[in-house]
Amino acid sequence: MPAADAYLVNEPAWCPGCGNFAIREALAAALAELELAPHKVLICSGIGQAAKIPHYIKANGFNGLHGRALPPALGAKVANPELTVIVESGDGDTYGEGGNHFIHNIRRNPNLAHFVHNNQVYGLTKGQASPTSDPGMTTGVQVGGVHTPPLNPLGLALVMGAGFVARCFSGEKEHLKDTMKAAINFPGYALIDILQPCVSFNKINTHGWYKKRVYYPEIDDQENFNRALELAGQWGEKIPLGVFYNKPRPTFESAQPALTGEPLAFRSHDPRDFSGLQKEFF
Amino acid sequence: MDINILVGGAAGQGMDTVMNLIGKTLARDGFKLIYSKDYMSRVRGGHNFSQLRISAKTPWSAAAGTDILVALNEETYTLHQDRLSSPGRVIYDPDQFSLPENETRGVPVALKELAVEAGGKVMSNTVAVGALLLLLGLKTEPVEKLLGEMFAGKEKVITGNIAALKAGYDAASSFCRSCFTMPDRGEGEKLFIDGNQVLGMSALASGCRFLSAYPMTPSTGIMNYLAAKSTDYPLVVEQAEDEIAAINMALGASYAGARALTVTSGGGFSLMVEGLSLAGMIETPLVIIVGMRPGPATGLPTRTEQGDLDFVLHAGHGEFPRAILSATSHEDAFYRINKAFELADRFQTPVVFLSDQNFADTHRTVDPFDFSRLDFNRYLLQEGNLESPYMRYRITDDGVSPRALPGQFAGETVLVDSDEHDQLGNIVEGAEERLNMADKRMRKAAGLAAEMDEPDHYGDPHPEMLLLGWGSTYGVLRETVDALSGAGLKAALLHFSDIYPLPRKRLLSLLSETRISFCVENNATGQLAGLIRRETGHQIDRRINKYDGRPFTAAEIIKEVENHAGS
Repeated sequence: MPAADAYLVNEPAWCPGCGNFAIREALAAALAELELAPHKVLICSGIGQAAKIPHYIKANGFNGLHGRALPPALGAKVANPELTVIVESGDGDTYGEGGNHFIHNIRRNPNLAHFVHNNQVYGLTKGQASPTSDPGMTTGVQVGGVHTPPLNPLGLALVMGAGFVARCFSGEKEHLKDTMKAAINFPGYALIDILQPCVSFNKINTHGWYKKRVYYPEIDDQENFNRALELAGQWGEKIPLGVFYNKPRPTFESAQPALTGEPLAFRSHDPRDFSGLQKEFF
Repeated sequence: MDINILVGGAAGQGMDTVMNLIGKTLARDGFKLIYSKDYMSRVRGGHNFSQLRISAKTPWSAAAGTDILVALNEETYTLHQDRLSSPGRVIYDPDQFSLPENETRGVPVALKELAVEAGGKVMSNTVAVGALLLLLGLKTEPVEKLLGEMFAGKEKVITGNIAALKAGYDAASSFCRSCFTMPDRGEGEKLFIDGNQVLGMSALASGCRFLSAYPMTPSTGIMNYLAAKSTDYPLVVEQAEDEIAAINMALGASYAGARALTVTSGGGFSLMVEGLSLAGMIETPLVIIVGMRPGPATGLPTRTEQGDLDFVLHAGHGEFPRAILSATSHEDAFYRINKAFELADRFQTPVVFLSDQNFADTHRTVDPFDFSRLDFNRYLLQEGNLESPYMRYRITDDGVSPRALPGQFAGETVLVDSDEHDQLGNIVEGAEERLNMADKRMRKAAGLAAEMDEPDHYGDPHPEMLLLGWGSTYGVLRETVDALSGAGLKAALLHFSDIYPLPRKRLLSLLSETRISFCVENNATGQLAGLIRRETGHQIDRRINKYDGRPFTAAEIIKEVENHAGS
């Protein structure tokens, strides 16, 4: 199996100091430690700085449209459930443009690991507010400051029934790597909201800002929904990290009769075997 | 002689039950039928009707006249009595409404009362079927057999329905025993099937493994058909949260190796357009069935139109090759959908099949399909030809890059990207790389063009009068040409199944020798005529357009042709 470094390909086009570097390295280490061969892993992403990740990790990659990282991941899982499918994109892509897919794939519960790079700002389009920007943040578009309360991704995921809900910070790489491994191994939809600084456009939620606030709360029971919801709601002076909730439920795949046995992608087919379909029309 | 039956009532009164029982029974006996629906966008109430035409010659369109009117409510009689032929008959329930005193064609049958006696008023329509059988001079036994199959295991339902059927038969017998003569029948059992069922069956037999779609009339029937099969066949059907998800799910499944399909109508396709462009950019096979209905916006949701040809021709930002197919008939559609999947896989690009409400909802009797004529080739990279590292977008002469699936080859990964990319799939911005990749993609258009079937030429081999059309108008245009030829005119039809890239050989040859050409389309602007103009420079002489949401009748087209032919 390759070492972590072998998963790192190409020169990332991110700003120096970007939180994405640590997330990329944590992912490479997680894949290496899980001994997942690159050809058995698929990373689906949308558009944005975070969504460039398929170009920088040795694996299969589907770098699709803005907001649409989840739908192709679901489709790929149907075609070949043997692939380890990871969905990775930013906060704007996932919680804004792709909000509908976020909600409904939690309901579906496919076996996907979803890593959201949440820097609370739009990077690629140069600094507009994202759905998770803190109120008051001024930008070139939100000139009077952000008026709308932020979307709470973990709270939303919990009430929609997500089985694995976690928060990490790019500045806590070991914890991030371990949580990624747990999410990949989780049977069902697993969300990690990964806090990361944007060195170019977010002058409020900086590395130091996060560093001062993050902490690891005691989580005795990962199946305690109310405790998970309480942790998901904590924001401001103290920001909790960790796996808030971890309770599997039946997956999308388990409800599909066609998904047992050989992947649909590789099954043979002969149209002549299907002529019996006509019977019901006689 | 043809026999035309019209069953009408409010939505929810079960016109379908009557037509399916009669239609299927007649199809088993080899009769040739067409059964079309006219329905409103509501679940209860309003006025819906279905028409069944039985003919010795294959019937291609619903007739303008009616011989037997089954009026499940008074409105049906009021709206349709003027099209009733003079030896015609009206089956109605005298407990629900009365016919005018001077109406001599009534066949009163106490539909509701007899149904209640047989076991429940839900069987009123079965009573009507019994009365219909008597009028047609047919026996009840074949329908009894069919009822037994439909409700297998539910003895009470079967017994009740058979009693209702016989009660209707007996009630009508004092009025009109065998007052209609059935047309000659054909040879052998026939399938009785609607357009959506043909599309779904062909997709499944063509190896489609994934359908993701959002319900939308008139394509929902394809979802229903395939969903019912997904418990027993290697197929997953997923109802997406929106059409954006539907097309992106399908692309993910196709990328990972499953033949994938999405189905919609114009409004849903509007949401899919960015995904269509993605399919072109990442060169991932995809078949999209667009069942057209009148727009703009929600338009007339349950009616028919051919208004989206220009839309699918131009949909999607940027430039990429695509194919657009339609079908002349149910028979043609079965093989055409297979072709759509084959083209999509071979040229790694989106293929749109244009259906419409008229085709989707119309049942016809057809001879059994030949499944051995369906192809299944995936055009995937074989191990012996693998060069490492695998390059998903290898530059080739014909523009088609050897396609591998993720997980197919150990040590090789497959990267697709909606940004402009190099041969490996990585993001690039260089001018030369951009040109190389754009040219590679567009080279596939020539390959697609070579695969397009020439349009179907029906009628006079050297016509003076040429009618042109595409898609679901084939039947009515055939009948138009038959009528014109019968009147001594040298008329022919040139009808397109494969529309884009536009096959032009037969078109140019016929246009050069014909005196006058008419492009007949169920839209307001003449979109095929426009495409022909753009692609060949030829101006079609006359455009005949209908855009009231209803299909053409032959009489309407003939009238238009006669109006223009002299000028």
